[in-house]
Amino acid sequence: MYVAVKGGEQAIANAHRWMADRRRGDRNQPEIDVEQVREQLGLAVDRVMAEASLHDPGLAALALKQASGDLTEAVFLLRAYRTTLPRLADSVPLRTADMRVERRISATFKDVPGGQVLGPTYDYTHRLLDFMLLAEGECPAPARAEVALEACPQVLDSLDAEGLIEQEVDDGAMPYDITRDPPDFPVDRATRLQMLARGDEGYLLALGYSTQRGYGRNHPFSGEIRQGAVEVEIEVEGFDGPLCIGEIIISECQMINQFGGSREKAPQFTRGYGLAFGRNERKTMAMALVDRSLRAEELGEPVESPAQQPEFVLAHADNVEASGFVSHLKLPHYVDFQSELELLRRLRREHAARDGGGTADEVESARAHEMDAGLKDTTASAPLSAPSSELPSESSSESSSAPSSAPSAPRRSQETSA
Amino acid sequence: MNTSGQDSQYSGYNFAYLDEQTKRMIRRALLKAVAIPGYQVPFGGREMPMPYGWGTGGMQLTASILGANDVLKVIDQGADDTTNAVSIRTFFERVAHVETTTRTEAASVIQTRHRIPEKALSKGQILVYQVPIPEPLRFIEPSEEETRVMHALEEYGVMHVKLYEDIARHGHIATTYAYPVKVDERYVMDPSPIPKFDNPKLNMSDALMLFGAGREKRLYAIPPYTRVKSLDFEDHPFEIQAWDTPCELCGATDSFLDEVITDDQGGRMFVCSDTDYCQNRREEVA
Repeated sequence: MYVAVKGGEQAIANAHRWMADRRRGDRNQPEIDVEQVREQLGLAVDRVMAEASLHDPGLAALALKQASGDLTEAVFLLRAYRTTLPRLADSVPLRTADMRVERRISATFKDVPGGQVLGPTYDYTHRLLDFMLLAEGECPAPARAEVALEACPQVLDSLDAEGLIEQEVDDGAMPYDITRDPPDFPVDRATRLQMLARGDEGYLLALGYSTQRGYGRNHPFSGEIRQGAVEVEIEVEGFDGPLCIGEIIISECQMINQFGGSREKAPQFTRGYGLAFGRNERKTMAMALVDRSLRAEELGEPVESPAQQPEFVLAHADNVEASGFVSHLKLPHYVDFQSELELLRRLRREHAARDGGGTADEVESARAHEMDAGLKDTTASAPLSAPSSELPSESSSESSSAPSSAPSAPRRSQETSA
Repeated sequence: MNTSGQDSQYSGYNFAYLDEQTKRMIRRALLKAVAIPGYQVPFGGREMPMPYGWGTGGMQLTASILGANDVLKVIDQGADDTTNAVSIRTFFERVAHVETTTRTEAASVIQTRHRIPEKALSKGQILVYQVPIPEPLRFIEPSEEETRVMHALEEYGVMHVKLYEDIARHGHIATTYAYPVKVDERYVMDPSPIPKFDNPKLNMSDALMLFGAGREKRLYAIPPYTRVKSLDFEDHPFEIQAWDTPCELCGATDSFLDEVITDDQGGRMFVCSDTDYCQNRREEVA
């Protein structure tokens, strides 16, 4: 008898319970604490915050724990939570030039005002597994400079003074908000940057990489990469200046790219820009490459490569959307599949009938017959004199009852025109 | 399943999860959609606590129109007990505390994925469809910029060319679900991946039909008593699937049947995909 293959409430509850057990793992091991995740898996926390568009290391750590370390799942959890939050204020634009820098490098000048600051990085580590980490041990505190870092003006500003690099101008327009408004392609650069900032790191990395390998090359130099704390300020009625409501750590990357120019306009370097919450250097570099490649049309470059096509790049950058739509293939599609099965079986029978060398009349009669047969495979007869080897195997064993003879046999299917 | 621990996760959210401003924004978009049948209205889709592609568009629409006195039915593949239908129904039970039902005629709002109930809907009922890709021209023209212009100019020739190419190649129109329709003689619309078997039910329906695509942030509507025509040709008229066998459980000959594999010898049976319809018929017989 027919056993329902449909899952009920109990199955779902049990699945979640089992998943929670998996997440907890061996009970002889201490349970991981959200504070530990936040403090010791900080780069994962930062990535989750960046792609979720919510700066909250504690909640990002909770999401990571809840998701058993699945980054995309954690991003989704935090994103879904973010949606429920009221918007109390908009910040004034962050002043990254005033960043309290902990890392700041430029690949374009040997020395820059403020100096090169390596800061905390894995860059020059030899990637050898450190078995010492298997044991518990004290970690020495970082070395500290005697004097505080002097002010670090943006490297690109020094080029700006000479007119060597295109100027970014704030036209004062209220930026489009991708978290509130639906995308309306083509979108402006501010909107593109918002979409890239929450885009999947792996995806942006691959696209950025593709530009380096020649698919939309834009000759990048890392003008400046900086990480550190910036103040977040809001305007409050009754106060003259903006009020600082806290500090966040961000990463910023400014790429200097190939120059354009024309008879009318002197050649200038162009820019690509990347910004993300937390310590997300790889992400911001990739973002800057892609930002620049998406400016191809604006800068009069031929649009030939995937990374230069805004709709393609932006519509597929969000990993919450992407993973949702890919994973929805796990949902039942019985009905659509049944519809395809019905058609495919019919087409295969017709194909077999044609291959069997039937005359036009016979083929037409077969078609009429198949129309009648609908999905009823088990009684569908193999019409005509087709050699059985040519027929789909399901038909070959069928009884050879006479095919429907009338080419104009009335079709069972209904028509819509009402 | 309703343990207190799980329920506490759902406390603190607004009625039907979305905040009132968001609901208002969606209702405004819905009014526009009703005013322009078949036109895809962009809306500020929000993240829902379910994955995109799993019905977030339909859920946002349902959340926006649901009132405390509504009775909700949720189906997936025509069935009330498929896992995702269960999950969505449970969600609204917890965040809106509305009454739910499996009976088509008892529901004031029905959220569906891939089917229209067999029992004719009546005046006052609202059918909310979950839509994966709202753009019927998407697989002919991938760019949104382009398709928007095509809709504006009523440039639908490519769709007929596609259907014609099917006929030239296969002898039939090879689209069996998400079969494109023309709404009120103006917009070509994707009816969501319902089987074409259900397309005739779209025409002059007594019920209001709302379509929500969460990931794509588009919604559209077919108001009651709107002409909806499935695209076809004079010499290849639109036709729907038909079965030679009745439902093996209830004997229905007028319903969409799911094929169920019963053994590894090629055995199979056909049963109604609409579980409520099937159940009712069996009860009538009993």
